[in-house]
Amino acid sequence: MSWVWVLVAIPVVLLLYGILEFNRLVRHRNRVNNSWSGIDVQLKRRYDLIPNLVEAVRGYATHERRLFEEVTEARTRAIAAGTVQDQAAAETDITRNLRQLFAVAEDYPDLKANQNFLALQEELTATESKIAFARQFYNDQVMKYNTITQQFPSLIVARLASFIPREFFEAEEESRGAVAVQP
Amino acid sequence: MYEQITRNRVKSLLLVLAVLVLAVGLGYVFGLLFEFGWGGAILALVIAAGMSIASYRYGDRLVLAVSRARPATKEEHARLLNVVEGLTIASGVPMPKVYVIPEQAPNAFATGRNPEHASIAVTEGLLQVLNRVELEGVVAHELSHVKNRDILVGTLVATLVGVVVLLADWTRRAFFWGGGRVGGRNKGLPIAGALLVVGLLLSILAPIGAQLIRLAVSRRREYLADADGALMTRYPPGLAAALRKIAASPNQMRVANNATAHLWLNQPSRVPGEGVSWFERLFSTHPPIQDRIRFLEEM
Repeated sequence: MSWVWVLVAIPVVLLLYGILEFNRLVRHRNRVNNSWSGIDVQLKRRYDLIPNLVEAVRGYATHERRLFEEVTEARTRAIAAGTVQDQAAAETDITRNLRQLFAVAEDYPDLKANQNFLALQEELTATESKIAFARQFYNDQVMKYNTITQQFPSLIVARLASFIPREFFEAEEESRGAVAVQP
Repeated sequence: MYEQITRNRVKSLLLVLAVLVLAVGLGYVFGLLFEFGWGGAILALVIAAGMSIASYRYGDRLVLAVSRARPATKEEHARLLNVVEGLTIASGVPMPKVYVIPEQAPNAFATGRNPEHASIAVTEGLLQVLNRVELEGVVAHELSHVKNRDILVGTLVATLVGVVVLLADWTRRAFFWGGGRVGGRNKGLPIAGALLVVGLLLSILAPIGAQLIRLAVSRRREYLADADGALMTRYPPGLAAALRKIAASPNQMRVANNATAHLWLNQPSRVPGEGVSWFERLFSTHPPIQDRIRFLEEM
């Protein structure tokens, strides 16, 4: 009679394994989604800081009007972006313009002595590195999730329940080093 | 980087197993000598665990108070708080409490019984001499201690070492006071004599061995936090540069003492710039700073 039990046990064990693996996949997919929204939090923080920065700098660096306009315009484009590519392009513009803005600020001693400006500079530098860290965390989560969807035997469950591997966030050519020059 | 992390994990696990074997072995010999069975070992475990658990639960408050740490504020320490927050985003651990210690020597430590109740403290000197990337390297090292639950590992090892020390102490006392009873029923048999010699030797050597293993675990966890921290920032030269500055600093720690030495980023008592002998190495809570820099540069 023992072979009957074996016949019963095999599908039960397979089903249990399937349930556990399915739940693990859901957990990791949720982590990927959550870490994606973590990037958005930091990007929003940067949108909020930019008008304050422009306001603080405007009174001192009157010759740099073009830079302010470009930063503000890139910010508007990023917020209004419909596709991920558009947004990524606008974000890159923001990063580049901000860096230029901080570079020209070096020529204005009054501005560099302004506490409000210094605080904003710290906040924006920090937000920039937080964006980089949030992307890194997102990529770590994608790596873990993708590994499960590609490894045997979890790949069978992933295929059956259509858990699709996710794309990594590709970093722009400037990454950690450039943020770090601020003392 | 990944290989270094795995290697350090395996080695520290083996060391914990070694001290566990030592504690169980001594407990067994103790039981044989006094015909207690495992009673003695269990009693020692209860006492040692009681002491360790108290320090595990309340040690963080004590350490922070002893080092005169005060909470970091957004107005004064914006950069520090931002760096910590950034790294918690990178690693997914909850934001710890952040403290600053009024002290010129650059150093830092992490404490707290789990990632939800963690604290990180840095000295004012550290904030003054390090730039942002270097500070990130140091904070990532401390956050790795939190993430790897090194306070728990330390508590576990301290408990086992405590068992060994207590048992050895009791054995020596028994030899001293009640030599007649030792050996019990086996008295007169040849095995009793051998047991006596082994017991006496063990009671002297085992505590030293246990302490040495404990220090080796501590050094292993430092290497592990270096490697894990480097993975967190994806920039090993940051911590390497910070360690170089710390090694070169002429300031000596005032608030650190032997009781808290193992917690700090770098051993506070070490004279900077000197070579380290194998003997000093054996009795250190931290690996030599030059070796740590070399490992970071190899990543």
